Amino acid sequence: MSLAVASAAPARRSLWRRGILSSRKGRVGFAILVGLVAVAVFAPLIAPHDPNAIDASRILAPPDLAHPFGSDALGRDVLSRVIYAYRVSLGVAVGSTLLAFLVGVPLGLYAGYHGGWVDTVIMRPIDMVLALPAMLLAVALIAIIGPGTNISAIAIAVIYMPILARVVRSSTLVVASQTYIEAARARGTVNRKIIARHVFPNAVGPAIVQATVLMGFALQIEAALSFLGLGAQPPTPSLGSMLADGRDVLTQAPWVEIFPGLAIAITVLAFNFFGDGLRTRLDPKGVAR
Amino acid sequence: MSGQVQAVDRVAPVPAAPPILEVTGLVKHFSTDRGLLGSGATLHAVDGVDLRIHPGEVLAVVGESGSGKSTLARCILRLIDPTAGRIVFDGRDVTELRGRQLAAFRQQVQPVFQDPFSSIDPRWRVGKSVAEALDAFQIGTKHERRERVLDLLDRVGLDPSLAGRRPHELSGGQRQRVGIAAALAPSPKLIVADEPVSALDVSVQAQVLNLLADLQRDLGLAIVFVAHDLAVVEHMSHRTAVMYLGRIVETGPTETVFRDPRHPYTKALLEAIPHPDPERQLTGGGLQGEIPSPIAPPSGCRFRTRCPVAIDRCATDDPAMTAFGDGHAAACHVAAATLPTD
Amino acid sequence: MTGTVLQLEHVEVGFATADGTVSAVSDVSLAVAEGEIFGLVGESGCGKTTLAMATMGLLPASATVRGAVRFEGNDLVGLEPEELRRLRGDRISMVFQDPMTSLDPAFPIGDQVAETITAHRDVDTKTARARALALLAEVGIPEPERRYGDAPHRLSGGMRQRVVIATALANEPALLLADEPTTALDVTIQAQVLDLLRGLRRRLRTTIVLITHDLGVIAQICDRVGVMYAGQLVEVAAVAEIFRAPRHPYTQALLAALPDQQQEPGSLRVIPGRVPNLVTPPPGCRFATRCPSVMDRCTVVPPLAHETPEHLIACWLSEATKRAADPAGAAAAGGAA
Repeated sequence: MSLAVASAAPARRSLWRRGILSSRKGRVGFAILVGLVAVAVFAPLIAPHDPNAIDASRILAPPDLAHPFGSDALGRDVLSRVIYAYRVSLGVAVGSTLLAFLVGVPLGLYAGYHGGWVDTVIMRPIDMVLALPAMLLAVALIAIIGPGTNISAIAIAVIYMPILARVVRSSTLVVASQTYIEAARARGTVNRKIIARHVFPNAVGPAIVQATVLMGFALQIEAALSFLGLGAQPPTPSLGSMLADGRDVLTQAPWVEIFPGLAIAITVLAFNFFGDGLRTRLDPKGVAR
Repeated sequence: MSGQVQAVDRVAPVPAAPPILEVTGLVKHFSTDRGLLGSGATLHAVDGVDLRIHPGEVLAVVGESGSGKSTLARCILRLIDPTAGRIVFDGRDVTELRGRQLAAFRQQVQPVFQDPFSSIDPRWRVGKSVAEALDAFQIGTKHERRERVLDLLDRVGLDPSLAGRRPHELSGGQRQRVGIAAALAPSPKLIVADEPVSALDVSVQAQVLNLLADLQRDLGLAIVFVAHDLAVVEHMSHRTAVMYLGRIVETGPTETVFRDPRHPYTKALLEAIPHPDPERQLTGGGLQGEIPSPIAPPSGCRFRTRCPVAIDRCATDDPAMTAFGDGHAAACHVAAATLPTD
Repeated sequence: MTGTVLQLEHVEVGFATADGTVSAVSDVSLAVAEGEIFGLVGESGCGKTTLAMATMGLLPASATVRGAVRFEGNDLVGLEPEELRRLRGDRISMVFQDPMTSLDPAFPIGDQVAETITAHRDVDTKTARARALALLAEVGIPEPERRYGDAPHRLSGGMRQRVVIATALANEPALLLADEPTTALDVTIQAQVLDLLRGLRRRLRTTIVLITHDLGVIAQICDRVGVMYAGQLVEVAAVAEIFRAPRHPYTQALLAALPDQQQEPGSLRVIPGRVPNLVTPPPGCRFATRCPSVMDRCTVVPPLAHETPEHLIACWLSEATKRAADPAGAAAAGGAA
């Protein structure tokens, strides 16, 4: 049933209201993310204290005005540590997903557009990686190469690349069957340009949505890795290692554990909300999960 | 009765000019991949088609689903590669062309597609879609291309300022005009239109058909007009070819084919049209059964399983085209038998 | 005199969208008599499908329906969803354009017909199956025993549509709504399905409302037809009358735009202008912006009036409409009959 009636140019809503952030959820998520990114970027300016400054007089001190998040087992200011740790964690989360995106999307595009043996050659290895449990893969990689912030980012990228490749391939299959692709070939456009100018813009939406949601998970994975001691190494603060440290003093000084945990939870929620908001705009049919 | 033959004022094809497109023995088979047991049967989409079209001529290719007409159109456009046969365009064999030579061919032969909603990239501005062929073939300077886009939009009856709009802001009829403008951009000699008005409302159909007729007249275009709506075809074409299950069963000047159909399928097709005239009711004794599967076409004459006048010979002998004079021919044993023998 | 099966009274349907409320159906009133095939014709966006969906209660939550839809005397608007569900498939059925999406691709066709029966009738599966077989035969499925277990994708489009019709008629509904039932079919198959519908109406006395944009189909099978434009009902008459003597300017223009062998290419008569924006529709008659006979008065909606007992029209050109709008004034002026 069609309600498509011709009309004079409809009122052009601004991109914000009608486009990317058409849902309130999306706007909330976006606002929080902007705030969090600002915190990460401006960490040195925002953190009230040196995150690594040990202060014996304030061991496990509860929150007060000067130290709103309290102090940990070495007297270090939890708020400042959370802010700096956040910088690391967010950096890994965004960086790894971005890397996965830059590698996975072109692969998915090519596989989906050309089909046939190209599709098989590209997607078989990718499917094999997808079959492996994510955390095991990450831990195995780190066990081979050694712990560290960069390695955990690469490990996460390796896990996520197949997911994004798959998502893009699905939407590429749909786009490639559209008549305007045939029209483009008939108008003389070569395959390379068809992929870049027609397929990519129309197929990338669900992948962007998926990537946004994956960033939230990436943060959790990074936290899990550094919780296990496999991620960021001391003295670099990380949310995961703070969680690990906080466990020991949970009953005496719960603030050491709660605030890093909250930081993770809020970020993941923000990514999810933002992803949902994007989804209504970019992926109405729900290819991404 | 719509049999009134009027002297219509179309562009008459230049009689002495050689055909601009000549298709001989065109075959396109698809292998289907059914079931777990690997590659399955062959789908005979187009199974031996000969046709010819002259400069400035409008040839209608008519058929129902399974007839192979869309596959034929795509073969002519070289969007798919034929399995066998020859396509000669403007004197050159283009069946196996690749690369730069194929590009040169593409400039001369352009498509107009059926669905106005999926035949233009929804993310591209209209002007960019119209200019696609110009960009791909590197025709003119950037400025010249811009001018040409505006000119083309005007020519197809659109306000040139629409060049900056996105497709979703346009109606179905407007989008179809954009598609036509895009097809005209490289100044082709032949247009292959695959059901160009089927997805449009009646009143919009009228507009687009008028446009196509005007363009054809002004530019001397040859058009292969694939359609299933016979009323549209009767109105627009010089000659008509009727397809059934991958073959052409009848061909000839449009008025002749409509007034004096020889092939039983053509007759059935004409009889099945619901006329917008309550006085002309369908007799209800129409064609029974369904079209057979193109994977296993019937032996002999493909139409025999539904043919009201099939004889024994039809099961064994594949009928050849019999000429009835004036370019009118049909592939039917029964029809051939009506000719006086020498 | 046969009874009225379906009566629409001042039906209005609006959709809430991001751009505002779309007035898809505006003040439509009509009555469908028992046993007749009533055609509802118009181009895309005219509201005919919306009207059918409103009758069935199948509109999305964003739609608001005003007015009354009386089926066998009861108003369907505002009925509890549960009661509507009981009626659907039993007393009222609908056939849609695309048979592939109306049939569940995972289940055998025979079972789908039988399921409609068991959903509304208290019979055992054996009886339902027997009835389903009979129905498949009735709609012209060859070898129904053999094809009972086939999945929909094994059937052609025409066959699938027949199965859908079988499902719709399983419980012998009083009213069948068919929305573009043959549009997706080849012309030779369409002829078969139209024949089938005619035969079924004859045998079962089912009332059919046939929605289509194809005037040829209307001419072939309908008894009466209503013409819609941009959500408004502009003309209702017997089929022969509509084609022979259309009175509303839109109907006339529509018929004139049909391709005809006698017209020269490039000379089809077109309707200038475009369908109005239904979020901000023009006041009054919505065809006014494109009507060759538009008058000042057209900014007021012309009521649907009886030009003759059988022919209704909503246009200020009609004396009947003028009388209907202002009976006192027309009488005082001694208006021509």
